[in-house]
Amino acid sequence: MEKLIKSATVLDPHLIKNDFPVFKRRVNGKPLIYLDNAATSQKPESVINSIDNYYRNHNSNIHRGVHTLSYESTVMYEEAHKKVAEFIGAEDWRNIIFTRNATESINLLAYGWGLHNLKEGDEILITIMEHHSNIVPWQMLRDLKGIKINVLGVDEKGNLKLDDLPGLLSERTKLVSVIHASNVLGTVNPVKYITQEAKKVGALVLIDAAQSIPHLSIDVNDIGCDFLVASGHKMLGPTGIGFIYGRTELLQDMEPFMYGGDMIEKVTIEKTTWNELPWKFEAGTPNIVGGIGLGVAVDYLQNIGLTNIYNHEEELLVYALEKMAEYDWIKIYGHKSDSQSVGVISFNIEGIHPHDVAGMLDEQGIAVRSGHHCAQPLMRELSMDFAARVSFYLYNTKEEIDLCIETLKKIKKLFE
Amino acid sequence: MESDNLEFILDHFKNPRNYGTIEDADFSYEEGIPSCGDVIRLDLRIKNNKLDDIKFSGTGCAISQASVSILTESVEGMEVSKVLSFTDNDMLEALGGQVSPIRFKCALLGLTVLKKALIEKKSAP
Repeated sequence: MEKLIKSATVLDPHLIKNDFPVFKRRVNGKPLIYLDNAATSQKPESVINSIDNYYRNHNSNIHRGVHTLSYESTVMYEEAHKKVAEFIGAEDWRNIIFTRNATESINLLAYGWGLHNLKEGDEILITIMEHHSNIVPWQMLRDLKGIKINVLGVDEKGNLKLDDLPGLLSERTKLVSVIHASNVLGTVNPVKYITQEAKKVGALVLIDAAQSIPHLSIDVNDIGCDFLVASGHKMLGPTGIGFIYGRTELLQDMEPFMYGGDMIEKVTIEKTTWNELPWKFEAGTPNIVGGIGLGVAVDYLQNIGLTNIYNHEEELLVYALEKMAEYDWIKIYGHKSDSQSVGVISFNIEGIHPHDVAGMLDEQGIAVRSGHHCAQPLMRELSMDFAARVSFYLYNTKEEIDLCIETLKKIKKLFE
Repeated sequence: MESDNLEFILDHFKNPRNYGTIEDADFSYEEGIPSCGDVIRLDLRIKNNKLDDIKFSGTGCAISQASVSILTESVEGMEVSKVLSFTDNDMLEALGGQVSPIRFKCALLGLTVLKKALIEKKSAP
């Protein structure tokens, strides 16, 4: 059945490009070729319009007063929670807390859950593949609470060393926090299996879905995780909005992260009780328009279909890897096994600093990332330090990959 | 970047001038850009208030390494006070005036290290 759907629907990136106003502009006199989607995605017209429409027609604070605008804002903002909840298969919209981004989401959990539930001797398991956002908050807890951080390693193919997993789990493990898809290697980790293993020792499981949710269908109940975090801006939404999914009883038991307005039920000078979910964790006036924009981004993704998006990117990935493999001076990191992967390729060109590669590609209107990709431990582990990275999304085409590789050939020649 | 200018920069990158270290340097200083990993070390010898000898070493992108190579040629033999008044703009002009603002940080790293060496008189590790 899956195969049938796969062949029946084909996504046309040339048509999709028309939905994204940014592709009308030129960069350095050339049409924009945007291959930096793992950093952030471009925004469709519908998301941009929703922001414009909100400020023009509905702007008001939520949960305040009875006037029409406030009512509309509140409904629109709550509706956005519902869209995200349905998108990831959460049972209820109150399981979705809006934050600024995945980083803030993890901080919310570190402070709201970790600070109050962890004690000296407890352990947290992460992987060497983590983005800094899933390392640094736990180091804060380690220093504050005397917990231990265990790290699951990666092999030379770019896969987690799953054989080591049971040995790293014990009844001391209170949380397993894993990146779903690597922003450096593209590797999609078997989070369902990892969750099952973690559950055997009674650990909670947090999935960092920042790099996976834009590209593949996610169901929190299928994974079985307790928490899942993501950023809106990588999935066609505005910057400044992200979310946490959490299981109801855990969110209810957790302490707030930020204290103040809107997160309260009743305040006296002596004592305050907390508002119901999710508002307990959304102190102060939130990013209302960001939430609404994220909801519209989810609509857009669902219209196209995550399966179609994943298949299209897989096609681009296979095509790019084959083309790049033709040149022995291009060193590709990871992608050496047939494990599932999203459309991310980190690479280096022999003898040329990735900043020069990225800078010279930019002169041709081609946007790629260069640097340490906010994953220094992984980069060190793979002896890559710095790398250039191309990352694809639904609007990219094979022609763009051809142009990128042709330009890489020219750059190589210049440095010879 | 115009191809003449690119040739000029790539020539300095591929054949760096004044590359190396000075054993009995009066001042040495090393600094990098953490976000991109570029590192430049400068060794200086001063005689009669003039920059008598300057050598650099380091790693990084073509812009940062070519810039410091070009910088060493520009300031060698110069009076220390004149070196200190060498501006960012002077540096960018010495590079042919075509470096994109995105790469200013790379282009100006060498000059930053040179001024810190002279002002802070710190020793490289």
